[in-house]
Amino acid sequence: MSGKFEDSAVISGAFRSQSGRKLSVDPWELSIEAAMGAIADAGLPVDAIDGLSTYPGPIGSTPGMTAGGTQDMKAMLGLNTRWHTGGMEMPGQLGAVINAMMAVHSGLAEHVLCFRTVWEASAQRQAGSRAKALGNSAMHERTQWTDPYGVSYPNYGALMMQRYFAQSGSTREQFGTLASVQRDNALLNPHRVFDKPLAVEDYLEDRMISDPMCLFDCDVPIDGSTAFVISRTDSRAIDAKRKVRFEAVGSSVGYEACAEMMWSRTDLTPADIGAAQLYDGWSILSVLWLEALGLCGKNEGGHFIGDRDRIGLSGDLPINTDGGQLSAGRMHGFGALFEACVQLRGEAGERQASSERQPQIVSVGAADFTSCFLVR
Amino acid sequence: MTDTAFNRPKPYVSDRTRPYWESGADGRLRVARCQSCGHYLHPPAPICPRCRARDIAFEPVSGRGTVYSYTVNRYQWKEGMPPPYVIAEVELAEQPGLRLMTNIVECDFDKVAIGMDVQVTFDEVDGLYIPVFKP
Repeated sequence: MSGKFEDSAVISGAFRSQSGRKLSVDPWELSIEAAMGAIADAGLPVDAIDGLSTYPGPIGSTPGMTAGGTQDMKAMLGLNTRWHTGGMEMPGQLGAVINAMMAVHSGLAEHVLCFRTVWEASAQRQAGSRAKALGNSAMHERTQWTDPYGVSYPNYGALMMQRYFAQSGSTREQFGTLASVQRDNALLNPHRVFDKPLAVEDYLEDRMISDPMCLFDCDVPIDGSTAFVISRTDSRAIDAKRKVRFEAVGSSVGYEACAEMMWSRTDLTPADIGAAQLYDGWSILSVLWLEALGLCGKNEGGHFIGDRDRIGLSGDLPINTDGGQLSAGRMHGFGALFEACVQLRGEAGERQASSERQPQIVSVGAADFTSCFLVR
Repeated sequence: MTDTAFNRPKPYVSDRTRPYWESGADGRLRVARCQSCGHYLHPPAPICPRCRARDIAFEPVSGRGTVYSYTVNRYQWKEGMPPPYVIAEVELAEQPGLRLMTNIVECDFDKVAIGMDVQVTFDEVDGLYIPVFKP
């Protein structure tokens, strides 16, 4: 495909702030740490930023899901920007990146700062419990269908997992292997949220949250911020050696539709992929993405992740090389793209996947709120 | 399992959704249905997503369905709803894909299964009738 918008934009800078479960740092401080870090990483003066995008913006949601919008960032950094977007405009959290790419492609901006901040760990502590924080939603129109049944977010993952187990014959041992491999990866990542290995036996003995889902199938709420600078590919101000290219984007509703769009925009195939950073708000989501992306066959995902040599750092397809959200914390999709940048630049240190120069897949989101990327 | 110990949260109700939540007063479940093409829609909305007709009304359904998926919840999310209890998506007999989030009641946990036939029953909360399902 010639003339695709993906060719017009690159990631010129990427930065992940300090993060953790008990940081006690003002979330706006985290936003600034990531923003300034990404701009410095791009080698740009702050005043070069002429566009801003974020997700999900300063909106009402469950507590800790956002810290400031584009106007707040503009004011804090004293920017003279000409393009902004910062709600939930695209399907998938990383739609904020796709929006930035489109702005650069169409000439509305040259360097877009794209950021995402979470502080769910602090927000849930302030609310008194995770249950109270998640129940403290203003979205009554939607929650009326679940409140009287005692349903919260993890139950959705459990329902997906149960049905997937029934139709595929997958086992908890296989899912435990994915969690264990991700933990091994996280132990090599300074941004990890756990310091001990997770054996498959530990996983199997863990307390259930909602059968067949245990705590280790769920991602970990943290405070932290991630930022990228999305720049025009031909910008002379950026370091050509460090830029990360977008080979193809899949932006649609649903895993399969995203994957189909992404693969339709490239000559690369699943055989070319060096590592996959798959969204793991729950472990089951990584498996659904794995299959939708054609990285394994339908209903073969459990078998695939059950082979730790295959999905480990030196395997044929390393998965979630930073530990993913299960073990490096819930950066809500932005962490996956950040890790792909680190790997593609060959800067992952001990957790560098053996196939560092091969393209990587990044997928984010769940159900009808999805997008995916092929980056190189 | 019995849910008599539950003190369920009363759902937020709007004028558009009230007929659904009050339907069980006579023991029958009613679901929003397009009066033009016959498509059932849940949650209720002012337009049919299939034919875009605006004539939507609540109609009684059989109350029969099958378990699409289920989970034994073991974490306390709501005050008044001590775990464990079964959460399920039930697909109503009337239309493929017409699914309700609900609880399975009056059934041992290890007897619940995907594909199991279930029948609606109601748990009253302060004048509203929460549809739940039993074998």
